[in-house]
Amino acid sequence: MGFDTAYEAITEENDTERWAYGTGFTDPMAGVDTSVPAGVDGADLAAYCLMLGDDALVMSHRLQQWLARAPELEEETALANIGLDLLGQARLLLTRAGAADGTGRSEDDYAFLRGEREFRNVRLAEVADADFAGLIARLLVFSTWRLALLARLTRSADPVLAAVAAQGVKELTYHRDYSAQWLIMLGDGTDYSRERAVAALAAVAPLVPELFEPTAVEDRLAAAGVAVDPAQLQAEFAAVLGQVLGEATLDWPTAPGLAGVSGQAGRHGVHTEAMGYLLAELQSLARATPGATW
Amino acid sequence: MVTELAATELLTRAWEIAAAVPDPELPALTVADLGILREVTIDGDRLIVSLTPTYSACPALHDIQREVASRLADAGFANAKVRAVLSPPWSTDLITADGRRKLAEAGIAPPRSVQRAAGPVPLTLFAAGPPVTCPRCGSADTERTAAFGSTACKDLRRCRACGEPFEHVKEI
Repeated sequence: MGFDTAYEAITEENDTERWAYGTGFTDPMAGVDTSVPAGVDGADLAAYCLMLGDDALVMSHRLQQWLARAPELEEETALANIGLDLLGQARLLLTRAGAADGTGRSEDDYAFLRGEREFRNVRLAEVADADFAGLIARLLVFSTWRLALLARLTRSADPVLAAVAAQGVKELTYHRDYSAQWLIMLGDGTDYSRERAVAALAAVAPLVPELFEPTAVEDRLAAAGVAVDPAQLQAEFAAVLGQVLGEATLDWPTAPGLAGVSGQAGRHGVHTEAMGYLLAELQSLARATPGATW
Repeated sequence: MVTELAATELLTRAWEIAAAVPDPELPALTVADLGILREVTIDGDRLIVSLTPTYSACPALHDIQREVASRLADAGFANAKVRAVLSPPWSTDLITADGRRKLAEAGIAPPRSVQRAAGPVPLTLFAAGPPVTCPRCGSADTERTAAFGSTACKDLRRCRACGEPFEHVKEI
């Protein structure tokens, strides 16, 4: 049972042991007190955890699609690491949701067995990237917004959310710096890289207004000191983006927000066409072979 | 008094067993060197070991938990419970002096101290920060070549003096 090297540990002949892939992981919150704090609505808390967890899960999946396609090995390693960090955040948040709503659903139940309308991620997380610049622009927007959100969530009245956020802040700081540096290199680089960066900003801009629109669940939980009102993140988001765009000699495009359906968007389970294809890839194996682990 | 003494001795022994478990991703270091072993307590007749993940997705935590439980069982602590503690989050500041020495001996530059001021997290962009010393030749003339490395906790660097690449545990 003992191991002296990482290689020995993962090659042990024991098919119940897996590392960071597949299904059937042990509960990442094993031993953590996941009771719902007094005065907090468990269903609302679960819905909020799904929003933040789905953002991370879906963004992580998009990042994983870059593996074996990135322009250089170093970038591939970076994208894999960022995707893994977000997957870790998703695991904790989805597990938290299952404890908070009393159903005891596992992270796998949420990730693999929900339909498209049940996913609560913002649409920014789900769209496909046209090229590397597209990914960088989307990752910068996502990590800048999520870092501002989690930094405030460290003071949440829910101690589990606060703990997950405190860990996430450290990780997102690196994600934001990575994407900011690349946007500056692309924007302030060659004519061609600049052209791609400009197109990338134009593609991501319509997905930004949705990030700051609170749902009724967020309003109620923000009033209870559990959630963060996303509208409060706008000033910090604009300041950070402004600093990066200044260095990159790029301008933020003025574009109307991407319309939803009857005022509903990702947080209400109303997604873009890209989401169905993404979920098909994410879920088909788990659905075709129920209960399988790999 | 006798039972209290016995309990203290048991806890010390259990701590030493848990503390000696190596980290699978940094095998030169033990969980105690890394600072992820938070505490060992007794609840009734059950030993409880608290471990903190380094990163949200630390893929080694599960293996470490299993190894700690297994070694404790071998030493007679039959139903020890190994639990995750998420708060406060792990920081590289928790790596012990011994751990830092072992990292350097393994050719991995130890982390610098974490600088964190109040208020919004600032962008660092291309700022290099305090120098990272080459674990091979000791020169401070080094540069970062990639912000992410072979594991979540490391980045890649190069020494301008001796020309060798090396890994560095990045500050979180």
